[in-house]
Amino acid sequence: MKRLAVLAVTLTMLAAAATPARAASAPPVTIRLVTHDSFAVSKSVLAAFTRQTGIKVEVLASGDAGAALNQVILTKNSPIGDAFYGLDNTFLSRALGAGIFQPYQSTQLASVPATYQLDAQHRVTPIDHGDVCINYDKTWFSSHQVPVPTSLDDLTKPAYKGHLVVENPATSSPGLAFVMATIARYGERGWRAYWAKLRANGVQVVDGWDQAYNGSFTAGGGNGDIPLVVSYASSPPAAVVNANPQPAQSPIGTMLSSCFRQIEFVGVLKTTTHVAAARKLVDFMLSQRFQADMPLQMYVFPVRDGTPLPAVFTKFAQTTSNPLSIPAAQIGHNRDRWINEWTATVLR
Amino acid sequence: MTRLAARVRRVALVAVPLGFFGLFFAYPVGSILARGLAPGGHVDLGPVGRVLTDASLRGIAWFTVWQAALSTLLTVLIALPGAYVVSRFRFPGRGLVRAAIVIPFVLPTVVVGSAFLALGFRPSLGAIVVAHVFFNYAVVVRIVGGFWSHLDPQQDDAARVLGASRLRAFRTVVLPALRPALLGAAAIVFLFTFTSFGVILILGGPTRSTLETEIYRQTAELLNLRTAAALSVVQVTAVAAVLVVVGRAEGRHRVALRLRSARDTARRARTGLERLFVGTNLVVMAALLGAPLVVLLARSFATTGGPGFGFYDALGHLHANSVLFVPPVDAIRNSLVFAGEATVIAVGIGGLAAVAVARGRRGRFLDGALALPLGVSAVTVGFGFLIALDKAPLDLRTSSLLIPIAQGTVAVPFVVRTIVPVLRSIDPRLREAAMTLGASPARVWREVDGPIVARAGLVAAGFAFAISLGEFGATVFLARPNTQTLPVVIFRLLGQPGELNFGAAMAASTILMALTGAAVLLIDRVRVARVF
Repeated sequence: MKRLAVLAVTLTMLAAAATPARAASAPPVTIRLVTHDSFAVSKSVLAAFTRQTGIKVEVLASGDAGAALNQVILTKNSPIGDAFYGLDNTFLSRALGAGIFQPYQSTQLASVPATYQLDAQHRVTPIDHGDVCINYDKTWFSSHQVPVPTSLDDLTKPAYKGHLVVENPATSSPGLAFVMATIARYGERGWRAYWAKLRANGVQVVDGWDQAYNGSFTAGGGNGDIPLVVSYASSPPAAVVNANPQPAQSPIGTMLSSCFRQIEFVGVLKTTTHVAAARKLVDFMLSQRFQADMPLQMYVFPVRDGTPLPAVFTKFAQTTSNPLSIPAAQIGHNRDRWINEWTATVLR
Repeated sequence: MTRLAARVRRVALVAVPLGFFGLFFAYPVGSILARGLAPGGHVDLGPVGRVLTDASLRGIAWFTVWQAALSTLLTVLIALPGAYVVSRFRFPGRGLVRAAIVIPFVLPTVVVGSAFLALGFRPSLGAIVVAHVFFNYAVVVRIVGGFWSHLDPQQDDAARVLGASRLRAFRTVVLPALRPALLGAAAIVFLFTFTSFGVILILGGPTRSTLETEIYRQTAELLNLRTAAALSVVQVTAVAAVLVVVGRAEGRHRVALRLRSARDTARRARTGLERLFVGTNLVVMAALLGAPLVVLLARSFATTGGPGFGFYDALGHLHANSVLFVPPVDAIRNSLVFAGEATVIAVGIGGLAAVAVARGRRGRFLDGALALPLGVSAVTVGFGFLIALDKAPLDLRTSSLLIPIAQGTVAVPFVVRTIVPVLRSIDPRLREAAMTLGASPARVWREVDGPIVARAGLVAAGFAFAISLGEFGATVFLARPNTQTLPVVIFRLLGQPGELNFGAAMAASTILMALTGAAVLLIDRVRVARVF
């Protein structure tokens, strides 16, 4: 019964939304932010935005990054939201090719380094970056008296046979990022030979990050038996924060030479009727307050210059100033082929 | 006037379920298939041909069929004795066992997958099949056992007295009577394993794909709607073919039976052999269903400082300051409310359909149509919703109303399959006798069919409730921050690093298990008026 009432109210509201507003004073606007399942922000931070602007934000977490983007593309003529956050550089050219965003150049971009601003037309705005890297279990390596690998080449050596678990790039975003890392490192000519060597050295492939980190990794939650995993540069601080009691040192280390940089973007959808409100949200996501909130909410790094990092990040997260990377256009042009070739090399 | 009313009733019996099916299944799925196969307005079936000629895609289709057939066969073989035990024998804790076997059914595959890996299973065909038996055991026990408990034991007793062996009595008397329920259950298990997703990904390893995982990849990851649509056409065709065959087989074996109240048919195990039989089956259930559940339970208490409630505590405060956080109490309430609404939808639609199926010739079509959603990829339905139901007043895409509708759709076939065998086997002479004695059709329904159907309906409701509690594929797409259910919470926790997140996910899984067990136990306890 209650649900029927809700339906009736919804229908009335939809009808009301369809008729032009007659009231002089602007009614409170609600905008919908379509995003992926990993989205998080502090309640107080989002509440501050609503207080400042009168704009409410409804979050629509719609699957992983790829699935969320594809839903936005499919519904571009009758959109489910006003802005989309969570697009990363590996999907960038698909999104731009589909023409789902409208340009907006936020004044806040003045504080964001140019290296993050990948679209000259500003259809998308960079918000954060995260590095996909190989993590290692410090305890395992010291107790087994095996040296920690320091290069991608090391991983093909007998000492690390069967000791690495990666995610399937066809179904996992860190999995894809790591394949990109190997392509960036070994080039179009060499990357498949490298994976053939990894395969010969017993690399384990699982479907997603959860199975790799929680299931197979020795220092994840589920007592796995593999000490090297493709995860993030932010996993070491996360392992400290999400433990009780919190250890003095992170049990996890990062192999910096394996890192591939993912940049995440937000964009105002072309078909939104709340352009001004959506733009304010973009500005807010680049503000110091939102940027400083992200590390402990989503375990990503802010793009805004001078944003203070939480202590656990400065203490436990190792980052490289020189990550592996591939231009977004080149990724867009080749990603499906690379995935198919990877599948043929590693799984068939 | 009454004839008109009767006709209206007859039409409504078919029209309501059919309308529901059309709006929330056929239309969205048709839209997404059309987008893939007729992008420019004219139909191009080329991609379907490519699926059938491409060796690797054909391999995927073939693997899908035979792993499902193997899983179904094993599930039926292992669960049938179990169905006999819980429906025919009285033993201490029977109610508890009957409720507990439903628990595996509601657990998220990611969680179960991790439990199987912890038990030493490695990705393989064997792991897939064992996990499928684990998940679907309850389907056979609930549907077949629910019907079995109403069969008159005097019939096979009579055969035994006349000199038939135990096996022969089972083959010639019990099996033909059970056949419709058995076929119905097997069809559902087949559809579930045919479209199994998480189990294949986690326990099959990256080298094994099925139509379902491939459709997901093509739709959600690659946005290759042409190939996805072609694969979906193959999937739908295969599923429809199976449903037609099963429907025919069911129709041919309609036997009117004397049904009894479940309380009159169960008895204690008398001989040593019977006790051994009951005991063996209980051990099988404990090992097959219990072991993975115990792993999850143990992990939920295994905190760093020794056994304790730390992870349950973490569930309440971890991420408490995030917008996507829901307190566990709210997640439990969301789960219960949605499952309750979904159950009402499923029992309402499924009950009407069951009556139509049992009575009319057109019923068989309806029966098959309503089971179709189980055999079609969730991502096809989900993406179909997005592009089909996009105009007011039907723009339900961001409404929480879609959650119970989606969950209810999944539960409808169970309701139909639980009620139809019971309805069909009610002896028509009972109805005729009542009419001859002057009872109105409504009264005949109330006095003859009603009580038996009510009991079957409760069994169905219990199962529908459990299905909805555990439903994940659709809910995770539709849930909003304030409408998250327990499976969605578990999924989100598993998506984040750190032992507290993992432990809290195990704690939430344990709560889901307890909730399911309690709900099914409670529904099973509801007594309907004694029949006969």
